[in-house]
Amino acid sequence: MTKAAGLTITGGLLVAADGAPFPGAIRCEGDRIVALGGDVAPQDGDRVVDAGGKLIAPGLVDLGVFAIDKPAFHFGGITRAALMPDQNPPLDRSSTVRYAAQSGKPDFWVHPLAAATRGLDGTELAEVALMRDAGARAVSTGRRWIADSGIMLRLLRYCAMLDLVVVTHAEDGGITGNAVATASEMATRLGLPSAPAQAEALAVARDIALAEMAGARLHVRQVTTAAALDLIRAAQGRGVAVSAGVTPAHFMLSDTALADFRTFLRFSPPLRQEADRKAVIAAIADGTISVISSGHDPRGPEDKRLPFADAEPGMAGAETLLPLTMNLVRDGVIDMAAAFRLIATNPAALLGVDAGVLTVGAQADIALIDADRPWIVSSDKMAAQAGNTPFDRQPMQGRVLALWKGGMQVV
Amino acid sequence: MGQTLMTSPHNTSAGPFPLGAAAFPHRGLLGIAGLAPHEILFLLAEAEQWVELNRQPTKRVDHLHGLTIINAFFENSTRTLLSFEIAGKRLGADVVNMQAATSSVKKGETLIDTAMTLNAMRADAIVIRHASSGAVRLISEKVDCPVLNAGDGQHEHPTQALLDALTIRHALREKGLGESFVGLTVVICGDILHSRVARSNILSLTALGANVRVCAPPALMPAEVEQMRVTPFYDFNAALKGADVVMMLRLQNERMQGQFIPSPREYRHLYGLTLDRLALAAPGALVMHPGPMNRGIEIDSNVADMHMKNGEGQSLITRQVEMGVAVRMACLEVLTRKARKLEGWDMPANNKGSWA
Repeated sequence: MTKAAGLTITGGLLVAADGAPFPGAIRCEGDRIVALGGDVAPQDGDRVVDAGGKLIAPGLVDLGVFAIDKPAFHFGGITRAALMPDQNPPLDRSSTVRYAAQSGKPDFWVHPLAAATRGLDGTELAEVALMRDAGARAVSTGRRWIADSGIMLRLLRYCAMLDLVVVTHAEDGGITGNAVATASEMATRLGLPSAPAQAEALAVARDIALAEMAGARLHVRQVTTAAALDLIRAAQGRGVAVSAGVTPAHFMLSDTALADFRTFLRFSPPLRQEADRKAVIAAIADGTISVISSGHDPRGPEDKRLPFADAEPGMAGAETLLPLTMNLVRDGVIDMAAAFRLIATNPAALLGVDAGVLTVGAQADIALIDADRPWIVSSDKMAAQAGNTPFDRQPMQGRVLALWKGGMQVV
Repeated sequence: MGQTLMTSPHNTSAGPFPLGAAAFPHRGLLGIAGLAPHEILFLLAEAEQWVELNRQPTKRVDHLHGLTIINAFFENSTRTLLSFEIAGKRLGADVVNMQAATSSVKKGETLIDTAMTLNAMRADAIVIRHASSGAVRLISEKVDCPVLNAGDGQHEHPTQALLDALTIRHALREKGLGESFVGLTVVICGDILHSRVARSNILSLTALGANVRVCAPPALMPAEVEQMRVTPFYDFNAALKGADVVMMLRLQNERMQGQFIPSPREYRHLYGLTLDRLALAAPGALVMHPGPMNRGIEIDSNVADMHMKNGEGQSLITRQVEMGVAVRMACLEVLTRKARKLEGWDMPANNKGSWA
């Protein structure tokens, strides 16, 4: 579709910032939303799309993906993603950041996360301000934590000055070592190298203390244990600017799933015990966790058809982010408005981008969603670059019917 | 089930076991986990005939004549490889050994490619050792023949557990204490965390009714090990009290110094099996070690060398090696029955309605 034409999506249920979705229509001109509500009608010459009573929602904003995999993102209703700095070469200089920031346009927007340290090795601060001006929307420690607390403090102070969120990975590397599982009955039975779940709480405790000292904004990309969530809840209670995210794997699965050594279940951080999985769901319900992201990391057989401990971590999650979040709505954990805050509004706000919410004047990133439509995940037929999903052959509910990025239809 | 029902000529051992393949309805032997107690006992019973054979001057039968067994060892091994090789040869099979250094076969496609290559050579059984937990299972999914796990990472080493059980049973019999493991107190002491021998033995001994205690310093004790129905101890002296069997594990001191324990000397101070310590166990307690031993570290020479003979002596360490060959013969012979189309075994394993 050409951008110039007006577009009106009628007869849908508009996802609101709060409360239940309400009947109405949305009208766009060019790449912007110009009107929405119960009384919006198409104008002459508009292309009109009948939503058929389905959800009209903001395009999803995915905070922390490892690959730009447009077909998978579009399938999943994702219109923007924050790219992790763990690329080859890493996003640790302005040139690579600038390239990454342009790499999806026009039909998909990439918001690069700048590497906190050169080469992501945790020792020398990278040129964060130059990268910000080249398009980085936040700073990230990548897949690993920064072991040196002095460097972490200096990073947080610097990023506080630049008003950039620091996105961290919460695992104390000294405790985790080469672990690939959580120390538990399961890891013991399987003989997998494992580390105590408290490695996460230790990392979170330190980073909260440092962020509080520095007055920095901290986002812990994946918080997966009850102990770490308690620390974050307490810090939020006393006004520390710390937020927490999670991926669906950690609220859908626990480490009992590892019984067959399936490498599609190898994640970093690893799957936790059932009590921690339930704590994650409780933290989503009470708002302690404010972001759900896909952690999209497509991995081919050369990385996954290996003995468990030798395989690379990660899952192709873009296509299942929406339906698995809809599970939480169906289970009564959160309402529909909260679901879209978790997968669109809040991540957009953390990145400081004008997206993730349906509002007049915003970019027309719009998803038409049937929240109940059933489908079955099939590892070998996925849109993603690789089919490494732990949910292969499982039924899902919730699917994107159409997707517009900046008023341009992409699905 | 009475003896008269044991009409199948191929359940050679007398015993209360289901007929034909129902006695051991598994395609391979990946671990003790997943075996029912009577399946463990079946393999032990099958091994008895091979213990007898191995004590004859002529130790060869032709049950596996014409079959090819490949020993694919992706991790260095002398004893286990030798034991499997002798077992295969005594059964009349053609045995081929493939030793691949761990470093050169690190990448997994290579591993799976290797598995498919072995499969294409139409092996009739493959024995695999690999440094990664779960690797043997991964390979077994890619090949058509039975796979025997000769040790995968820190996961399982099922033939070791079987040979240990057979050794204990022979010693009990020799001392006139019967056949049963029920109520027997077994202490497993050493690096439980990294030990596949410990895991397989815990599963097998608890399945057979023994009380198992595990003893290690905290850094070498796996999380929630008590969920495997064992009692953990940090204090070796306390663990030994009243024990009937003391199973020592090898301290991989070359890997461990300063990381898990301060020094081998200090390890011996707390966890070495000395004569004085052994006196804390039940009188005549049996001493075992999977080998190779670090004499003077986890076990003193004067303990290790008290070899049992005619019910006297406490050390079963060389006996374990002897039983190892018999147990591996039993495993190879049982797992190839389907391919050899033995009566009652010539049907799909894991048939529906049966236990898997």
